[in-house]
Parts: sequence; C-alpha cells; structure tokens
Amino acid sequence: MALTSSTTGTTQVITVRADRIDAAMAIQFKEDMRCQTEGGPTRVILDLSSVEFIDSSGLGAIVASMKQLGSGRTLDLAGLHPVVEKVFRLTRMDTVFRLYPTMDSALSTAVEQ
Amino acid sequence: MNRKCDKKCLELSFPAVEAEASKGIATLSARLTQNGLPEHKTDDVKIALAEAINNVVEHAYSGIASANVQVNCRLCKERLEIVISDSGAPLPGLRIPDGKPAQLGSSIQNLPEGGFGWFLIHQLTSEIRYERYDGNNHLCLRFDL
Repeated sequence: MALTSSTTGTTQVITVRADRIDAAMAIQFKEDMRCQTEGGPTRVILDLSSVEFIDSSGLGAIVASMKQLGSGRTLDLAGLHPVVEKVFRLTRMDTVFRLYPTMDSALSTAVEQ
Repeated sequence: MNRKCDKKCLELSFPAVEAEASKGIATLSARLTQNGLPEHKTDDVKIALAEAINNVVEHAYSGIASANVQVNCRLCKERLEIVISDSGAPLPGLRIPDGKPAQLGSSIQNLPEGGFGWFLIHQLTSEIRYERYDGNNHLCLRFDL
C-alpha cells in the first residue's frame, strides 16, 4: 500500500497511491496509516483522488485509521470519486468524516480543533 | 434466471483468496462496463458485487480449504443478473442475512469497522435470491436497469 505524506504547520496530507482500497489491502492500509500518523500534526487530510474503488473493508480501515489518531486529532477526506463517496453516504459515514471534493477545498477550509 | 434473454453473458472464475478476488472484481466490473452496463448503474453493481464476493472469501471458506468463486453475469436491456457460486459453507440458517444498517454509535472510538456488507447489497440490488444445492451456494443478485 503506497502512501506518501507531507506536513505543513499543523496539517499533514497523506496521499494514497493506489486505485483501490479493498479487502485485499485493508489491513496493510491501516498499518501504514498508523506508521504515517504516529505523533504527527492534529489535522490529517487523506487524499483519495487516485482511489477509484473502495469496499466496506476499505471503509473499515479508514474508520480504524481515524480511531488510532486518538482524541484531539482529526482525519478529513479529500478528492473522493463518486463511487467512493457513495459508500460513505450509504453507510452514513459521511456524517462522521468531513468530505471535501478536492484537496484545495480541504486545505482552504480552516478546521476548528 | 430462466427468463429468455439473448444478450451478453460473462463468466469468470478465480480462487477465493483476497488478492485474486480483488483482481476478479476489478476485471468483472470493467467487462460489464465494456458490454454496455449503463453508466448510472456501474457504481451500484461494483459495490454490491465486491461485497458479495468478499463474503464468500471471508465467510463461506472461513476455516476450510478455499476453492473457486464462479461468477456468471447475464446482461439484458432491462436487467443484470449476477450469480455467484461457491462450494463453501452455507449461509447460516440457509437464509440471506438482514440488511440492517450498522449503528454508528455516539463516539469515534465506538464506530463500527465492519458489518456493512449485507446492508450495502440490500440497498443496491433490486432482488437477492439464495439457493443451496449439491453442496454449493448460489447467490443471485438482480439489478433493474
């Protein structure tokens, strides 16, 4: 599971370099997210613009990634393809995460911590 | 599946392990699109197909040697029928599980990380049928187009 990360001030952007997050890679994704976010900034934005498909295992791995950030830190999601957004909407996880259509819109939105 | 239909038929078989299922789901989704599955339905079909196949990999073959998953698709003008067959354990009670949505709970730490699969399948299909015979499971998903 290829993730790349960059940090500016209190915001860390993690970009998923894969076209799917599914059952075959969910556990690896969760572990890689743990490594990337350990002791990092309070706001993490996950760039999903390369991800063309997600299943419920992938959704669960993103939920787990948010949990392992701990309290006081947030995981926002940006660049969701329509099918990815649909999985979040159907499961009502769109009410739990902040979803942004693009990375620019996520970065330009200040978030109250 | 007995309705007369002279349209596109696709089939694919692959070992019931996660990596092969991932490739199989992607291949089937692409082939259905190439064969004229309407664009407004492709997302629904992709999601439901993936959840149904993942269930076979994770549950039907859980604790036993896994064999193959066989997927047969029949695409007509008005509907798509997908039959997913495997030789694993039957669905508990020989029943299709309810499609209850997972409760999100009141805090981040209590959020569910699973239990969405059957809910998604119920939400996205027009009909689900399940048959067990000759030691095989056959799950038929119908999508009205």
